[in-house]
Amino acid sequence: MRDVMRARMRVTRRAVLLGAGATLASPAIVRGAAAARVVVIGAGFGGATAAKYVKTWAPATHVTLVEPAAEFVTCPYSNQVLGGLRTMASITHAYTKLARRVALVRDRAAAIDPDKRMVRLGGGRTLPYDRLIVSPGIDFRWGAIEGYDETAIQAMPHAWKAGPQTVLLRRQLEAMRDGGTVVIVAPDNPYRCPPGPYERASMIAWYLKSRKPRSKLVILDAKDAFSKQGLFLDAWKRFYPDIIEWVPVSKGGKITKVDVKAMTVEDEFGTQHKADVANVIPPQFAGKVARDAGLADPSGWCPVEPHSFESSLRKGIHVVGDATSAAPMPKSGFVANNQGKVAAAAVVALLAGKTPADATWNNVCYSHVTPDYGFSVANVIHVAAGKFAEVPGSGGISPRDADDKFRKQEAQYGDGWYASVTADIFG
Amino acid sequence: MKRWMLTGLVVAAALPAAARAQTVDVTVLAASCATCHGPGLRGSGAIPSLRGKHAVDIASTLRAFQSGERPATIMTRLSKGWSSAEIDALAAKLGSAQ
Repeated sequence: MRDVMRARMRVTRRAVLLGAGATLASPAIVRGAAAARVVVIGAGFGGATAAKYVKTWAPATHVTLVEPAAEFVTCPYSNQVLGGLRTMASITHAYTKLARRVALVRDRAAAIDPDKRMVRLGGGRTLPYDRLIVSPGIDFRWGAIEGYDETAIQAMPHAWKAGPQTVLLRRQLEAMRDGGTVVIVAPDNPYRCPPGPYERASMIAWYLKSRKPRSKLVILDAKDAFSKQGLFLDAWKRFYPDIIEWVPVSKGGKITKVDVKAMTVEDEFGTQHKADVANVIPPQFAGKVARDAGLADPSGWCPVEPHSFESSLRKGIHVVGDATSAAPMPKSGFVANNQGKVAAAAVVALLAGKTPADATWNNVCYSHVTPDYGFSVANVIHVAAGKFAEVPGSGGISPRDADDKFRKQEAQYGDGWYASVTADIFG
Repeated sequence: MKRWMLTGLVVAAALPAAARAQTVDVTVLAASCATCHGPGLRGSGAIPSLRGKHAVDIASTLRAFQSGERPATIMTRLSKGWSSAEIDALAAKLGSAQ
C-alpha cells in the first residue's frame, strides 16, 4: 500500500510540477500506479533470479535488470575447469533468454539515490524505481593482505570471480613443472562459497595426481575450521595423501603479505612460503554499489529484514546474494538463487500492498573431490523470532561413513543441480 | 503494516490445524524445489522429474523421506525442515501443477 500511495503521490507531484501538457508525455502517468517499476542491479545468481521471478509472479511489473557483462560465468563448477574436467564454455551462460522476459540494460549501476528512488547508470541514464533489488556480489579488500592489489592478480590470481581469472589460473597450473608447489591462500569467514577453497584444492589435486604427480598443494588458511572439514580431510587422506597439506591459522596459516616478484607468501610470524602457482583468495565485502549506497554496515556486508530481504538501513531497497549479512545461510549460489525468490515474492507482495508471507527455503552445497566422489551440506531456512534460522533437526552434512555409491550419487546430483539452477536462472 | 502482521498471527494461531494447513504459502518453497529439479520440475541428469506425480504420492514420499523410511542422500535432510502443513501444501501445488 505504501508503495502504491507513494507512486500516486509522485504522479500527482509531477503533474503539478510539469503541468498538464507535459503529463501526457510522461510514461509514469500513462502507465499509472498499477504497473510498478522494479529495478534489479546485478544479473548473477541472486539478481537474475529475482528479476525473472518478479516478472513470473507479477507479469505486469516493469522489470529492468542492470548488468554490464554480456554473459555470466558461474563460480560454481569453475573449480572443475581448474581440474580439467570442464570447459569455460560449459560454465558460461548467455542472457539471451532472460532478456526476452525482462528489460536487460547492459550498463554498470554507478550509484543509487535511495531518497529519489533512482539508479544512475555508468552511461549517465537514470532509472526510477518503486522497489530496487541489489545483488552486487562481492568485492575484494585490496591491501588487506599486504602486496595483494588489483595488479597482483595477474601473478597470483584469485579466480574467485569466474572468468579470465579462472583461465589464467588454469594456464598457470598447466605451465607448472611436475614437482612444483601450488599454494592456495584461504580467507577467514565470512566469504563467498565456504567450501570453495577446499573443493578447489581437491580439483587441482585431481589434475596434479594424474598429470604432475610429484607436485604439492598447500592450503594456507586464516581459520582453524572449515565447511565439511571432516569429509574433506577423510577424502584427501584417501585420494591425495601425498599432495594436499592443510595449514590452519593456529599452525601459521594466516597469510598477511605477498611478494608477486619473488612468488612468496608470508604468514603472520614472518615465515615465507615459495609458490610455483599461488591462488590468493583475499578477504571480501559487499560489492561497491551497495556499500556506496549505505546498504552495508561496518562489517562490510548488508543487513536485511528476514521476511523481505529489504535493507535494514535503506527502505525500498532489497539486497540478495553474497553481499548480504544473512547467517546462518552460507554465501552460496544456491542460497543467492533462493534469496532472489524470497525477495521477489516479497517485492510482489509489497507492491500489491500486502505483507510478505512467511517462507521456508533450502540450501544445498555440493562439493566434488573427484569426478565420482562428492558430498554436500544442506540447510532449511525460515524466519524465527524475527531472525533467519535453520529449522531445528533439518539439514546437515553428508554422513561421514557413507559408501562410494552414496558419494557417486552426490557427485551426480551436484551435476544435476548445476544444470537445473542455471536453467532456472538463465533459461 | 505491523498491526496487520500481528492480526494475521493471532488469526493463524486461532485456526484449527487443518484449516491452517490451507493457509500456508509455499510459493517460495515450491520455487526452491526448482533449484535442483529444474524449471517445470522436469529434472536434470540424475535428479528425477516430478512431473505427472499425484499430490498424494508426493506427500507420502516426502513423509517417507522425513521419517527415514525411504533412504536418500539429500531429501532426508531437507524434508526434515518442512512442516506437515508445508508438505501438504507443496504436494497440492506441485501435484496439481502437472
